Amino acid sequence: MKKRFRAVIAAGPMGPGTRLAVILYIVVLVLIPLAAIVEKGLTGGVDGIWRAISTPMASKALFLTLWTAALMAVINAVMGTATAWVLVRHPFPGSRFLATIVDLPFAIPTLVAGIMLVTLFGPQTALGAWFGRHGLQIVFANPGIVLALLFITMPLVVRAVEPVLMELDPAEEEASFTLGAGSWTTFFRVVLPPILPAIASGTIQCFARAVAEFGSVVVVSGNIPFRTLTAPVYIFSEVEGDRPAVAAAVSIVLLLIAIGLLFSTRWLQGFVRRERV
Amino acid sequence: MAGTRRIGAWSRGTLFLFAAVVIYLAVLLLLPIAALVVQVAKTGLSSLFGQVFGGDALRALEMSLILAVIAAVVNGIFGVAAGIVFVRHKFMGRRVLDALSDMPLSVSPVMVGLAFLLIFGRGGWFTPILDLLHFKITFAFPGLVIATLFVTLPFTLREVSYVLLELGEEEEEAAAILGASPWQIFFRVTLPNIKNALAYGVTLTIARALGEFGAVLIIGGAISGKTQTGTTFINVAMEERRDAAAYGMALVLAVASVLLLLVLEALKKVEIKADEE
Repeated sequence: MKKRFRAVIAAGPMGPGTRLAVILYIVVLVLIPLAAIVEKGLTGGVDGIWRAISTPMASKALFLTLWTAALMAVINAVMGTATAWVLVRHPFPGSRFLATIVDLPFAIPTLVAGIMLVTLFGPQTALGAWFGRHGLQIVFANPGIVLALLFITMPLVVRAVEPVLMELDPAEEEASFTLGAGSWTTFFRVVLPPILPAIASGTIQCFARAVAEFGSVVVVSGNIPFRTLTAPVYIFSEVEGDRPAVAAAVSIVLLLIAIGLLFSTRWLQGFVRRERV
Repeated sequence: MAGTRRIGAWSRGTLFLFAAVVIYLAVLLLLPIAALVVQVAKTGLSSLFGQVFGGDALRALEMSLILAVIAAVVNGIFGVAAGIVFVRHKFMGRRVLDALSDMPLSVSPVMVGLAFLLIFGRGGWFTPILDLLHFKITFAFPGLVIATLFVTLPFTLREVSYVLLELGEEEEEAAAILGASPWQIFFRVTLPNIKNALAYGVTLTIARALGEFGAVLIIGGAISGKTQTGTTFINVAMEERRDAAAYGMALVLAVASVLLLLVLEALKKVEIKADEE
């Protein structure tokens, strides 16, 4: 009996025809293009990939992308958690406004984010000139890359940690204080353990987004080979220079990183869900 | 009670954390936006309107809007269909497809552009068929559409499947038992339940489509009046040192994204209200 009603739900617009269309759409739009990159990148075999990424320019670009992304991820993990904490536990007049602008980077085109940072920290601006006099170049240098990555990934840790923090019972923290624990002990022993998977998941998403970022970085970094040229910008220059095989070979490396990160966030989100249930 | 801490109390440590978060967000988010506004004001509002609302700039903006609408419609429908399929159907390869549909979030836009060049460009997989049909995808409108569809694929799907997962299917079963047809169940039960998530996902899709840069630059070539979008217009204008045009368009896109953000906020409020009822 129940089976027959279930069959009604799994029919028509929610039936096998829809399933086939969904599968086809994903295969055509995502799987085939990614397969094309893999095929092109493997024209020289695994050796070919190694040769492509071990040229000085490519290896410097990959290294730059990885360390700027890692530095940004650490800063975002700390500041994102702090932001979520302030928003959830300490509502104040204006916290709604704060919560809204945290989402801004989701809506602003990353190219525009890059332009904003140049108009703020560029060498001709007051702030940029001031930093320049103190020996710190921000735009067209590596600090600019980290700033741009921080901007575009800002909401990810906050939005990952916020819901878990909301469901934490403040009574546990009260109990910890009552038993004589200090703020630091309470934070590390009571608050941090349950939100750790969420922080890790948000941080990895930041890192993944940063490794792929193009629009904002291409504007702020100045794209100086060996110094401020990141891996995605390197791939772009190889495509423009009509060397698709090299571009695809380097792309495979970024693709492998992306897939690895995707599966680790999915694994972590499993923990987050268990924590929330 | 002296000496007892209360949760939510403003201790010195909390105040410090609060100040750090507010300063961080102000420097990273608000100052750059203010800098862009000041920059445009310096070049003069009249030149903004002259530069952006005339000729090729307006055409580029129009192109971005068309692409955003197409992405919203196609990936809106896909998101609902795929959400139902991934949450309600059990079939082989479901998890792989689910993971694939998340790939656009961490694949670099330059790789998207490269992938579609490899498939549809000179010497590409499908190029012989396209030539036969006299159909051009690269450096033409269809290429822009495909690239935009790729980068905006996951947004509606994620929002919709999250809600479907929380809802379960009791309501649909009840409708089936009461004799509703599959189409009636879909339009009277399922769709009303997910309409908020759908609206949220579609808004994110539009924001992402308006902001896409790397992929449409590579696949479209930013040909003025033909394949130029809002973001690629900025890029060309900067290369040609037409600063007023570049900053003007950047401001227009920034304002558009702030408006979209307000829509997202409004949708969140509706959601909270619905939860409380």
